[in-house]
Amino acid sequence: MKTHDVIVIGAGHNGLTAAAYLARAGLDVLVVERNPYIGGATVSRELHPGFTYSNCSYVSSLMRPEIMRDLDLPKYGLQVTPYNGGLTMTRDGDYLASYNDHDMNRRELARHSLRDAESYDRYSAEIMRQCRFIRPMLMKAPPDPASLRPRDLRGLLQMGRAFRDLGEAGMYDTIRFWTMSIADFLDQYFETELVKAHFAGSSIIGTGLGPRSPGSAYVLLHHYMGEVDGTIGAWGFARGGMGAISRSLAGALQAAGGEIRADAPVAHIIVNKGTAVGVALESGEEIRARAVVSNMDFKRTFLNAMDPRDLPKDFLKAARNFKIRGSSGKLNIALDGMPTFRGVPADCPALQGDLHVTDTIEDFERAYDDWKNGMWSRRPYVDLMIPSQLDPTMAPPGKHYMSIFVQYVPPKLADGPWTPEKRDAFGKTVIDMLSEYSPDLKDLILHMEVRTPHELEEEIGLTEGNIFQGELTMDQIMFNRPTPGYAQYRMPVKHLYMCGSSTHPGGGVMGAPGANAAREIIADMRAGRKA
Amino acid sequence: MTTKPLYQTPLLETPFHARTAPLNRVNEWSRWAGYATVDCFTDLPGEYFAIRHAATLFDVSPMVKYRIAGTDAERYMNRLLTRDVRKLKQGRVAYAIWCNDDGKVLDDGTVFRLGASEFLLNAQERHLAWLQDSAPGYDVTVEDVSESIAGLALQGPLSCTVLKAMELDGIADLKPFGIAEFDVAGTPLTVSRTGFTGDLGYELWIDPARALDLWDRLMEAGALHRLTPIGSQALNLARIEAGFIQTNADFVAADHAVRPTRQRSPFELGLDWLVDFDKGHFVGRRALLRERETGSRYRLVGLDIEGRKPAHDALIYHGKSRQVGMVTSAMWSPTAKRNIALATLDAAAADKAGGLWAEIYVNKEMKWEKTAARCRIVARPFFDPPRRRATPAPDY
Ligand SMILES: Cc1cc2nc3c(=O)[nH]c(=O)nc-3n(C[C@H](O)[C@H](O)[C@H](O)COP(=O)(O)OP(=O)(O)OC[C@H]3O[C@@H](n4cnc5c(N)ncnc54)[C@H](O)[C@@H]3O)c2cc1C
Repeated sequence: MKTHDVIVIGAGHNGLTAAAYLARAGLDVLVVERNPYIGGATVSRELHPGFTYSNCSYVSSLMRPEIMRDLDLPKYGLQVTPYNGGLTMTRDGDYLASYNDHDMNRRELARHSLRDAESYDRYSAEIMRQCRFIRPMLMKAPPDPASLRPRDLRGLLQMGRAFRDLGEAGMYDTIRFWTMSIADFLDQYFETELVKAHFAGSSIIGTGLGPRSPGSAYVLLHHYMGEVDGTIGAWGFARGGMGAISRSLAGALQAAGGEIRADAPVAHIIVNKGTAVGVALESGEEIRARAVVSNMDFKRTFLNAMDPRDLPKDFLKAARNFKIRGSSGKLNIALDGMPTFRGVPADCPALQGDLHVTDTIEDFERAYDDWKNGMWSRRPYVDLMIPSQLDPTMAPPGKHYMSIFVQYVPPKLADGPWTPEKRDAFGKTVIDMLSEYSPDLKDLILHMEVRTPHELEEEIGLTEGNIFQGELTMDQIMFNRPTPGYAQYRMPVKHLYMCGSSTHPGGGVMGAPGANAAREIIADMRAGRKA
Repeated sequence: MTTKPLYQTPLLETPFHARTAPLNRVNEWSRWAGYATVDCFTDLPGEYFAIRHAATLFDVSPMVKYRIAGTDAERYMNRLLTRDVRKLKQGRVAYAIWCNDDGKVLDDGTVFRLGASEFLLNAQERHLAWLQDSAPGYDVTVEDVSESIAGLALQGPLSCTVLKAMELDGIADLKPFGIAEFDVAGTPLTVSRTGFTGDLGYELWIDPARALDLWDRLMEAGALHRLTPIGSQALNLARIEAGFIQTNADFVAADHAVRPTRQRSPFELGLDWLVDFDKGHFVGRRALLRERETGSRYRLVGLDIEGRKPAHDALIYHGKSRQVGMVTSAMWSPTAKRNIALATLDAAAADKAGGLWAEIYVNKEMKWEKTAARCRIVARPFFDPPRRRATPAPDY
């Protein structure tokens, strides 16, 4: 039987990234994917004729430019177009827009508060300072603070230096920023409830945190630390949907000789004498490899795909206790035309961006309360986009594709398991609320895909439907991700690695976990060959 | 005011737009504080030389302006600014800077003392939040009056002559940094003998509704005195010759700096003379006292550079090898007949005499060449005509 150099379990964008780097290093790589399609949560599918959905993730910023370049992704179809701004509609028919143009943005804020318009510059400078601090850490394995290896010490020293460079006030601000709530952070800058609500959204997307929960400020940073072509914090659409990112990665992988097998769910990882030696598919087929890399999340890898007797007791406990609360849903809609929005003129350029209707921090917190109580938010936070305004490939001319990301939706309902009826009732809650702001929306709907954490878990294998493969809280980021002592992609079983969003630097369509993991694997394989 | 949504009018028009737009024959505009302002009307050299030979009009309406009033206005201003505001008499203007708690400069501008308890603060950047946050405990109100005052800078050796032709009685006796009030056809007009050119000149302040009328009267009065509207490019040349620094051109406003090391103290900007430690407490005082003892990291200096090629964005080396700073503003000065620049240097290098070189890139018909030019630290202003200070103001 053939033995591959490496088997990657899962063709999520991180699995594909890792595989492409490994194949480019000359290794014989096989990716096995459970679904008949690739991409995991970075996927585009045609569910209604003529319309392409970005079924899960829908906008790109985090994807590391180093990876686009290393793997030549534009050659395999990657194109990312930045979009302009966004807006929050208010219950009384006004709105607050963001524009990329600094003067327009200032005047729009000044329409609501002169002070807030000024504070925005200071707020942006502070976010930029934090971005400058964290960005150099993204494409590196996080140094282990408990280790005395030269490499870890070097990494820690670099971090220390970057920290010191923030200046005295900056160091205090940083420690507070990484631990405080977004509501407290925004209170330091803004006086207007609407302005705070407008900026708070990015800090709760995908998390089981509310705007008043400590740690939510960091999640905001997680959404600002990306870039489009050097503009830090900018977001864009991948032409052809987010699946185009996965397709370009697959293109790079295949060009380097790697192989992808779809429709090939892994039942378990085969371990022999404390060493991973291959995988067993659900079909019963066994495939051998010198190393196994899991793109599945932390829990799924160790609680579903391994024999617990092969794992250290404490490690197993860590996997069990890993926080992976799902909190998001998604609606993908084919529209017969462009909907209108109450109070927003049809030519407002901010309509091309992300649209929201949550206009107070209190409303966020109430939406969060529902989630804690085991029901979907009665008035959820939505991140609504109509990418077909910019990307002609998403819908036929004159028609539109609408993507609605919804927060909060619990993985487990208080009144029993999710059912198709409950899923549809959730979808109706969202559409009913939005109809208050867009009266013609309902009539334009041709087809709608509704996804709750239940669907996300069933289809992509994201445990509890957590979009980041695990919460992005201080106890689970950097050298704590997925758990202390295992942040450098090597797992307690020999020749077993992780490369998905459960590892540093975490979730989002970033590719960094995959690229970082590949670097470690290549180093180990070279060392192994020498030995 | 327009009722169109703001995204249809991304840039605002100043109160003089109806006059400046038709004259802007080459349609070169740039942004200033959210307004469309003229870069150059037609002829940059012509506009520049008009500043030094005749009289020029420049629209300064976008300037950010705050009115500060109340019984504690003097104490409040004295707390914010580094210089002693008590010494500023009614009807006088002072150049001023203000710092954050760390003694780093937030902005520079001019303070007008309009009354015993009323000031006008003109600034480059916006500070309403900062000004308001500094107000608790003081009986003052801070109001953004940027949009309710239109301004024109009338600068050049013939500027007083133009105002005399407009029959502003006694204008020639107005001293530098003085303020005078006039009545022009029933409208109050405030004139200050101030400006950004380092030449004889005035700034005129009026109700925006009367702005066009003022423009017309000036142009009529100036018809025989070569009064020339100028754009920001010509003004920028004059301000470099005058040795004036500009926020966010020669240094970064402290509250906008992402990198803490980019913030600058008054000492580092060569503005020691604006810091008065004897007046009592002011924002940043403790940090500045400390810096005075431990020394500053940088020094902003004027450079006289050999050769004729402007040292735009040039890096400055000591002994041709060690980089010790960079140029932030540069030009060949047609008036001073020198190749001048404003530069920020490491303090140690600036204190050492000599050995400075500028690395200048010159494009010679699509071929870039690098030259090393010797430079010398010189006193500013680079050009300082006696007419700037003469009272009564000369006719030309
Ligand atoms: C609804 C939603 C919206 C989001 N929006 C955005 C966004 O707009 N922008 C952004 O940057 N990020 C967004 N995210 C987050 C981002 O999409 C994910 O963090 C990222 O795609 C995860 O990639 P991954 O490769 O680490 O893991 P996954 O995408 O989870 O990949 C894991 C792969 O493993 C496969 N797999 C699982 N079990 C098995 C098995 N037993 N055998 C074989 N294969 C298996 C899965 O099918 C999947 O392909 C969103 C996520 C969701 C769910």
